[in-house]
Amino acid sequence: MQSQNPLLQNTTNFFFKLFKRQIFIPIAALLLLALFNLIADPSFFKIALGYNSAGDPVLSGYLITILDYGSELAILAIGMTLVTAASGGQDISVGAAIAISGSVVLRVLCGTNSRPETLQAPIIVAFLVSCVVAMLFGAFNGALVSVFKIQPMVATLILFTAGRSIAAWINNNELPIVKDATFSYFGSFIPGIPVPTPFFIALACIIIIHLALRFTNLGLYSQSVGINDKSSSLNGLNPAQIKFLTFVILGLCVAVAGFIKVSRLSSINYSVIAKDIEMDAILAVALGGNALSGGKFNMSASILGAYVIQFLTTTLYKFDVQSDALSAYKAVVVIILVILSAPIVREKLSSLFKALKPRQPSKEGV
Amino acid sequence: MSFLKKISSAGNKLRDKSKNITDTNLLLIITIVVFFLMYIGAMIFLGSGFLKAQTLFNILNANAALIIISCGMSLVMITGGIDISMGGVMALVSMSCAVYLDYHNGNVFTAILISLAIGLAFGLVQGFLIAYLDIQPFIVTLAGMFFARGMTTIVNSNPFNVQNQEFVALKETRVIMPGLGSINKAGNYVDAYIEIGVVVALIVVAVLFCVLKWAKLGREFYAVGGSNQSALMLGVNVKRTKFFSYLICGLLAGIGGFVYFMHVGSGSASHASGAEMNAIASSIIGGTMLTGGVGNIIGTLFGVLSLSTIQNIVASVGLDQAWWTGITIAAMLCLFLIIQSIVMSRKNNVSVKAVVKKAVRSKE
Repeated sequence: MQSQNPLLQNTTNFFFKLFKRQIFIPIAALLLLALFNLIADPSFFKIALGYNSAGDPVLSGYLITILDYGSELAILAIGMTLVTAASGGQDISVGAAIAISGSVVLRVLCGTNSRPETLQAPIIVAFLVSCVVAMLFGAFNGALVSVFKIQPMVATLILFTAGRSIAAWINNNELPIVKDATFSYFGSFIPGIPVPTPFFIALACIIIIHLALRFTNLGLYSQSVGINDKSSSLNGLNPAQIKFLTFVILGLCVAVAGFIKVSRLSSINYSVIAKDIEMDAILAVALGGNALSGGKFNMSASILGAYVIQFLTTTLYKFDVQSDALSAYKAVVVIILVILSAPIVREKLSSLFKALKPRQPSKEGV
Repeated sequence: MSFLKKISSAGNKLRDKSKNITDTNLLLIITIVVFFLMYIGAMIFLGSGFLKAQTLFNILNANAALIIISCGMSLVMITGGIDISMGGVMALVSMSCAVYLDYHNGNVFTAILISLAIGLAFGLVQGFLIAYLDIQPFIVTLAGMFFARGMTTIVNSNPFNVQNQEFVALKETRVIMPGLGSINKAGNYVDAYIEIGVVVALIVVAVLFCVLKWAKLGREFYAVGGSNQSALMLGVNVKRTKFFSYLICGLLAGIGGFVYFMHVGSGSASHASGAEMNAIASSIIGGTMLTGGVGNIIGTLFGVLSLSTIQNIVASVGLDQAWWTGITIAAMLCLFLIIQSIVMSRKNNVSVKAVVKKAVRSKE
């Protein structure tokens, strides 16, 4: 008995430590989903090397799909985490903003003609223009939040309504189609590389944000503003400026995600592109264990959360759930997550854990 | 002398009153003035259509459901919360009722009960999560919205028109407004009419106005919205009050859903898309503050009317492409939000100049 007890205690301690780590939540969710898929259908994890219609080697399989389609979400999760941390609210206009930036990309590439044979501008120019436009819309949201002190979700509701209309207006409600092979590489595969390009773009964004968090004060400042903006302004920070900055960074993330989205189709559908992605992005932040009321955040957990969401989406698709009905399942997941992370529930849970925990040492004493 | 005194005291009273035109009344007055200016402007510049009484009634007919859910929205906004699940609930109610009436040969009375039950269920769950578990209202109701939309697709994914005779008879019932009809192109006199939904909406407005003005619960809503802490110290049960606001809001979403269903007579997953947005916009335009504690149901009614009038104007000017509606609503919402923000800063004794100065400085 005695030899078993320390072992048991060590494992429980290890478990408690892991449980307290923030990144535990997305990892646990990922393992749960993986286990579910393993039992339901092991072929979910099969990865095959095939050839696409152009004769280039490509990897295919559900896992590759997750890595591929999860990239936009991961990129958005980066910006959304910063906005959540600094302003204590979420931006619900990201889907509409993606429609706008995608529309801008196509407008620049196609010029006035909606079906051009050749590109009217270099791709990099189109991308940069869309970055500027998306950052301007981010700045608009940021200004409403930081200067006029409107709750973030209500302020972004404006763009949420108008965004898709503006996107349609930019292209005169036409649906331009780009017939350029190079443009489609960004949303699919570069010839010769079997891994989808969006994954590399997402990887680059993740590396950049980690470098930025490590070598600048961005993370520290946005967290301190989120925790208490009065005391951080007493410490010489400008809360309005930092909130504004996070919204502009989110705008940049939106531009990158929008670029990938339009590149996938080489076209755009204003009412469907990036539909419900705001829900997924918020869900990614929540699943990463970050408080939706602002303050401390863990970027890696958010990004992992984004991929877990995509894992969930792909799993649901695999079981023939209609795309419109997906949101009902995700909503249930959100509700469960927020209930578990609510302070009152947490308190009750931790007191429950405490009631369970002290018994072991007391037993030893006896 | 006493006469002079009376006059001076009356003058003082007047001055006091003009001083009392603070946030609530100022925002309300702005809304009502904006509505009348817009409508009279439309009468003068666009003529014909807007001169008929039926145009106004048509605006009411088309927006009866919106009026009802906007009232609910104002209610939760007065307590300092928000509910964006209402559009989804409306879609779910109309789809459930449509499926029940057509596929299960149901009767209208049970359909009404179903819609009320759906609304109450949403109000109950959301209210519990928000009031008693202290979760952010936006997150809970965002999840509620997505849940309702998803459930609508699960109930039935294809849009269809309801053929149930009993229901169609109810849908076609019209309340004739005597003396306000007009003469159509063929030269016949056509009665002006409103639908039953409008009557329901006006009753809801009247009841809620009375509740907010005179009932204990209504005053508690304002107290909680103004300041949680002070309300608690005054002995108001804050959690229960919040819970009731969401419960009533859910019930109104159910009623609004059925009224909407009566207007369109079909079930579809894309019904009432953006309704929550319009409801929030109407409430804000009607002078309800997002920060809570300030608001008026009459203002909300005028908010809905202004919003739909501007849409009608946009349509009749010839900008009938769908995107203009979204852009005009968003622009109007933006404008009124900024007005609110300025009013708030004035309340805190900060001049508009200071706000702008601060804004400029923070941008630098």
